[in-house]
Amino acid sequence: MSNPQIEIQLIAALVAVSCAIPGVFLVLRKMALISDAISHSILPGIVLGFFITQDLNSPVLIILAAGTGIITVVLVERIQKTGLVKEDTAIGLVFPALFSIGVLLIAKNANDIHLDVDAVLLGELAFAPFDRFLLFGADLGPKAAWIMGVILLITLLLLYLFFKELKVSTFDVGLSSALGFSPAILHYGLMSVSSITVVGAFDAVGAILVVALMIAPAAAAYLLTADLKKMLWISVCFGVFAAISGYWLAHWLDASIAGSITTVLALVFLLVYFFAPNKGVLSVMYRQKQQRTEVSLLTFLLHLNNHQEEEERHINHLREHINWQQVKANTVVKLALDNNLISITNEVISLTQKGLSFTQAALEYIITNKDDKIEHLKDDFFLFRG
Amino acid sequence: MTQKIAIQVDDLTVAYNYKPVLWDIDLVIPQGVLMAIVGPNGAGKSTLIKAILGIIDPIAGSVAIYGEPYKKQRKLVAYVPQKGSVDWDFPTTALDVVMMGTYGSLGWIKRPGQKQKKAALEALEKVDMLSFKSRQISQLSGGQQQRIFLARALVQNASIYFMDEPFQGVDASTEIAIINILKELRKAGKTVVVVHHDLQTVPEYFDWVTFLNVKKIATGPVKDIFNDDNLTKTYGINYKVAVNK
Repeated sequence: MSNPQIEIQLIAALVAVSCAIPGVFLVLRKMALISDAISHSILPGIVLGFFITQDLNSPVLIILAAGTGIITVVLVERIQKTGLVKEDTAIGLVFPALFSIGVLLIAKNANDIHLDVDAVLLGELAFAPFDRFLLFGADLGPKAAWIMGVILLITLLLLYLFFKELKVSTFDVGLSSALGFSPAILHYGLMSVSSITVVGAFDAVGAILVVALMIAPAAAAYLLTADLKKMLWISVCFGVFAAISGYWLAHWLDASIAGSITTVLALVFLLVYFFAPNKGVLSVMYRQKQQRTEVSLLTFLLHLNNHQEEEERHINHLREHINWQQVKANTVVKLALDNNLISITNEVISLTQKGLSFTQAALEYIITNKDDKIEHLKDDFFLFRG
Repeated sequence: MTQKIAIQVDDLTVAYNYKPVLWDIDLVIPQGVLMAIVGPNGAGKSTLIKAILGIIDPIAGSVAIYGEPYKKQRKLVAYVPQKGSVDWDFPTTALDVVMMGTYGSLGWIKRPGQKQKKAALEALEKVDMLSFKSRQISQLSGGQQQRIFLARALVQNASIYFMDEPFQGVDASTEIAIINILKELRKAGKTVVVVHHDLQTVPEYFDWVTFLNVKKIATGPVKDIFNDDNLTKTYGINYKVAVNK
């Protein structure tokens, strides 16, 4: 690997981690669309900042552009509060308006600025290593890596300091407010960090990939864990994985790095969406099938429990009595046998002791709806987990 | 009465979009009562609690907790919001939710440690949920979720408890378990304020009641004021009809 190659991957990974962290909270707060809005509406801020500073990487420009991000959030909230339009409509109104101002500003001053709309939307990671950070003539590496590194450090520090406050205000706004952790401060804090991250990252990866890097890793992690800390870790890992493998995909395809990273992210999400152990589509389908079988099993056991007379319990009459197809009846009988819930003597089915107590517990649960009755059954049977 | 005043509300008015939902409420809640706030839907019951806790800004009036503004008395107050107000798919466990009750005493930045964990486990034990401590909260039943919320309030070890419809959507055994814990809190001299829907259980569960319908209709001991007259004034219909609803 050549030096620029390593630098590009480093920048991509730094951007991925910086985006994944606020992304987790945006997803949990159901504010994913806000990141899309911010990533577009910072454009006028960037252009104005560039007029003032004449430097795309100036901290002043980053702060100015992040300010536009906050203005976006405030405008969306203000419009929404009037009650005349819903939140998604408000978002759809605000960011194109701000973005278009940015587009006009660029168009009017195209000769003066080395900034064009394509670059804003898609970014160009491949060029990032050309812009060096020079200090007293010494080359300290690409500027983009320094900018993202500083933003990431700030993000990590804030996350470390305010993890519990962010958690409680995300989960329960009312409690957070009552405990004295102002939800407004935390909300705007998160919005500021998101805005700064977006501004810092957009030059490298563009306005669209920034959204993907914020939302996709968090959305995938959400399907894999029930622990906020793990969700943060998994998001970060997905982000870095997509950044590195996306780079090599682009290298192999000779295509846009940003586009390749986004493609990998989409694939990662799709894989998780289908194959996540508990929340994945296949897992849910399997569970529903299991549940149907278990409901049948329960019906069957209750039937046995209700009928002492042998003719009702004869294996060959089962079909007539509970009106099931042969296949289904066989499956259910086999399941019951495998779990030692029934025994068959002379083709007559009886409940075993285990089957009897299981049926009693299930009955009691159905009648009383008390969970403790079936607590010990939960590990073996999906049915009672709903 | 020589009882200490726990909560005093003066001339409280709250409006959403210029429409008053609470109008000029004066309310004195003595220490050590178990009080129900009753009233029809839209009467402003939850809003009253939220305004007392500073979650909503009133357009007029003031609130005092033991003679001081709420902001100075946060640590004396525990709050249980409506169960439906949070997203139970949030990635966290029962124990972690109860731990949130300790955040108030920790203040900003400081993290919960062993002491807070121990307190949370004790609170889980009190609501009979210790065996569920590691369970993801979406995997709990409605009744269990409400118990977790109660445990979260208990861990705050407060003097005043506000609960917004703790019996909403819970099974009978949880309802009894909750009310027994609330009665124990009263016995220990705590003040408990509950937004309540089921008029039939008011005399059995509570010793103090406030009738609310945008304006305050009446407040006082259940045995003195829980009567046909006040119910009719609050609900606009005959008491027996209201009870049988």
